[in-house]
Amino acid sequence: MAGLVTGAMSPQAAPASPPIFQPGAPGTAARVITPGQAVALSRGTYTDADVAFMQHMIVHHGQAVAMVDLLQQYGTDPTVQLLGRRIALGQAAEIALMRDWLRARDQSTEMPDMPDMAGMDHSAHAGMAGMTMPPSDVPVMAGMLSPAQMQALAAARGPAFDRLFLEGMIRHHQGALAMVDDLLARPGAAEDPLLSDFTNSVVADQSTEILRMQSILSDL
Amino acid sequence: MTVRRLLLSSVAALAVGFSAAAAAAQTGQVITPDARSTLSPGLHDAGQAASGLRLDHAVPPPPGFFDPEALFAPPPPRPEGSPPPAAAPAAAAAAAPAAAPRFSPLALANSDMAMANGRLFVGNFNGFNVYDVTGGGAPQLVLSVVCPGGQGDLSVHGDLLFMSVEQGRARTDCGTAAAEGDVNADRFRGIRIFDISDLAAPRQIAAIQTCRGSHTHTQVPDADDPKVLYIYNSATSGVRKSDELSICSDGQPDANPDTALYSIDVIRVPLDHPQDAAIVNRPRIFADRVTGAVNGLWQGGRVGLASQSGAQTNQCHDITVYPELGLAAGACAGNGILLDISDPEHPARISDLFDPDMAYWHSATFNNAGDKVIFTDEWGGGIGARCTAEDPATWGADMVVSIENGRLRGRSFHKLPSAQSKFENCVAHNGAIIPVPGRDLMVQAWYQGGVSITDFTDPDHPVEIAYFDRGPIEADRLVVGGAWSAYWFNGRIYSSEIVRGLDVLSLVPGESLSAAEIAAAESVIVDVINPQTQVRAVWADSPDVAQAYLDQLMRSGTVDAALTTRVRAGIDLWRAGGRDPEAAALAGRLTVAAGAAQGAEARRLTALAGLFGRRAG
Repeated sequence: MAGLVTGAMSPQAAPASPPIFQPGAPGTAARVITPGQAVALSRGTYTDADVAFMQHMIVHHGQAVAMVDLLQQYGTDPTVQLLGRRIALGQAAEIALMRDWLRARDQSTEMPDMPDMAGMDHSAHAGMAGMTMPPSDVPVMAGMLSPAQMQALAAARGPAFDRLFLEGMIRHHQGALAMVDDLLARPGAAEDPLLSDFTNSVVADQSTEILRMQSILSDL
Repeated sequence: MTVRRLLLSSVAALAVGFSAAAAAAQTGQVITPDARSTLSPGLHDAGQAASGLRLDHAVPPPPGFFDPEALFAPPPPRPEGSPPPAAAPAAAAAAAPAAAPRFSPLALANSDMAMANGRLFVGNFNGFNVYDVTGGGAPQLVLSVVCPGGQGDLSVHGDLLFMSVEQGRARTDCGTAAAEGDVNADRFRGIRIFDISDLAAPRQIAAIQTCRGSHTHTQVPDADDPKVLYIYNSATSGVRKSDELSICSDGQPDANPDTALYSIDVIRVPLDHPQDAAIVNRPRIFADRVTGAVNGLWQGGRVGLASQSGAQTNQCHDITVYPELGLAAGACAGNGILLDISDPEHPARISDLFDPDMAYWHSATFNNAGDKVIFTDEWGGGIGARCTAEDPATWGADMVVSIENGRLRGRSFHKLPSAQSKFENCVAHNGAIIPVPGRDLMVQAWYQGGVSITDFTDPDHPVEIAYFDRGPIEADRLVVGGAWSAYWFNGRIYSSEIVRGLDVLSLVPGESLSAAEIAAAESVIVDVINPQTQVRAVWADSPDVAQAYLDQLMRSGTVDAALTTRVRAGIDLWRAGGRDPEAAALAGRLTVAAGAAQGAEARRLTALAGLFGRRAG
């Protein structure tokens, strides 16, 4: 069996291989193409909007992970703790996937127009580090918590924390859905099959989690 | 309802410590490392592990269906956060050809399969391949067709091959340049129909445009008219612009009652004139029974109660029909649903199920009797590693559901019982029934979790009885791959590996599956198999079938030794070709025993009684 697998993986045509047909529009004849042409036809492209989407979503997901860090310190409700842990696992895995996608295409994993990072995922700590400026009310991007909201979350305790966490994470997830909508509204975006699958899974996962959070919130 | 409570309580139990043990208390399942967990990596030389299965053939991708630039060279490691390199000098680029996999491995991914008249059809995101699988040797490639558009989910009827197309880059003419822009007259998203009667001249003969393209589709025969075939189209991507296809418009139903969301497409194919195939219905199968609101299923707010926010079930991912029973099981994003399809043009929902542990209802498989369904949960969409030891056993798993008086009732979860690495994308995916009489067995693909066979005869305690798996594609990076679909086709298991090609596996007898059970399964030969169009398996009377039931009775040990000894003697006599004057008496004893037994045991005893009764004449 090993012999069958090894060495036979080469894309060169075996002499006995049948031709490769590329059909035409309905009713027209197919033409014969080479293996090289067949592979070339598979190679989808990606747009600048795709790249920007991935770079932004990494930052966006990073905030969810930061929020769960706070949850593990200050949260009280065990159901919320469990949910948060799941969210952090999922978001961290997706961050890795997005970075892989960008690196594989020789793109930066950083958001080029990223404003002051301190306001974002370090806000919880930055707020305590003697900053003189009040935290901004403007989120880094739509659907993220503003630095002020992150600081309010970091200051909350007990059931109030759990409630604030869920409300914030619901808003955060809704932001991700909006980001996907924005991307899909652009011509030619998300044609890359891996990216297309990724956006589908973001919508499925985060919609699910939003409903779960709404349910938990109503039971708190 | 039962399942909802079960699952909510499992969430609560998990919340206490988020431990596998807590999960096990609810699910009976602990995901632990086993022989499959640490297999060596490799694209074509990965370590393998198997139990109860033997890999007969590993068929590499055909010419034109493999892209070394998508896979072979992992990207050079770059320190996190460092800027991308400036444009590489031409000389450097030439020195390191194809340094980075610039193209998605899914661009040439193998996908779903069908079987017809000794030919195996393997879908691909870039087209499809056809193999001759008669003769028992390795599958022989007989046709390759390139027609980009993904996912290439396919089905076969006579000389017609139907193919799902969902990507916006796809073109009506099978594409030489991607269709670009919001509105493009050349764009094709929907169902293509090919005429494959002449392998030397395949032709596209029809292309039915749909509003959301086609992710998967399901053939539904018309019981009254053999010249008509229906296709249920399940589409999951965005709604195209009205300017491109006039019947389409987007939006939530409160703002747009005609929205293309919240429906499936029913396509009618006149088999005499398949080029006239057209959408004849877009039924609102998620409608609220009382209010008629088309977004009547998973709506948000409190779990299980209808509030009108955050619509989720606006699509089916996959529908499996059981025409003989007039039923369809729909795996529809936020719900599992049961449809009455006795009027195939007008499917009507008769039951639905929600579950907080099911992230994305993905596919459905009936058991042979049609009183159970396995729904899969494709948590994460299939490109993530969701079978690690840290992932809960109730997430990304199978859900065993029983059908009781026309209602779906959740019974249990079952997940691949092997912790997989974080470099292996893994979640429950496509499978099909293995026709072993007396048992409900499903063979199933779990992406890089491999192929696994589950016994769900007892719907409350599903258990794995066999598997085949390889190590990850790469040692330190997740490259998407693995088994997309694993189906039982006339005695062999065919597994479409996303990047590695096609695997052919055989069952191997062992403790949990006997030689007679395998022989009985292998005796069921069907001309055409489209796995989402289920056909009841029937077994010709044979000593193997009788022995299969006996083996099952022996395994559970609930039948008295005198009776099993008598059955064994009867089977031996049958194999020897002799008449059996005691057959009628034995059938009588078995009927009595069946009356005292319950569940699967009673059904096995009854089946044995029937076998010997018919043998007695």
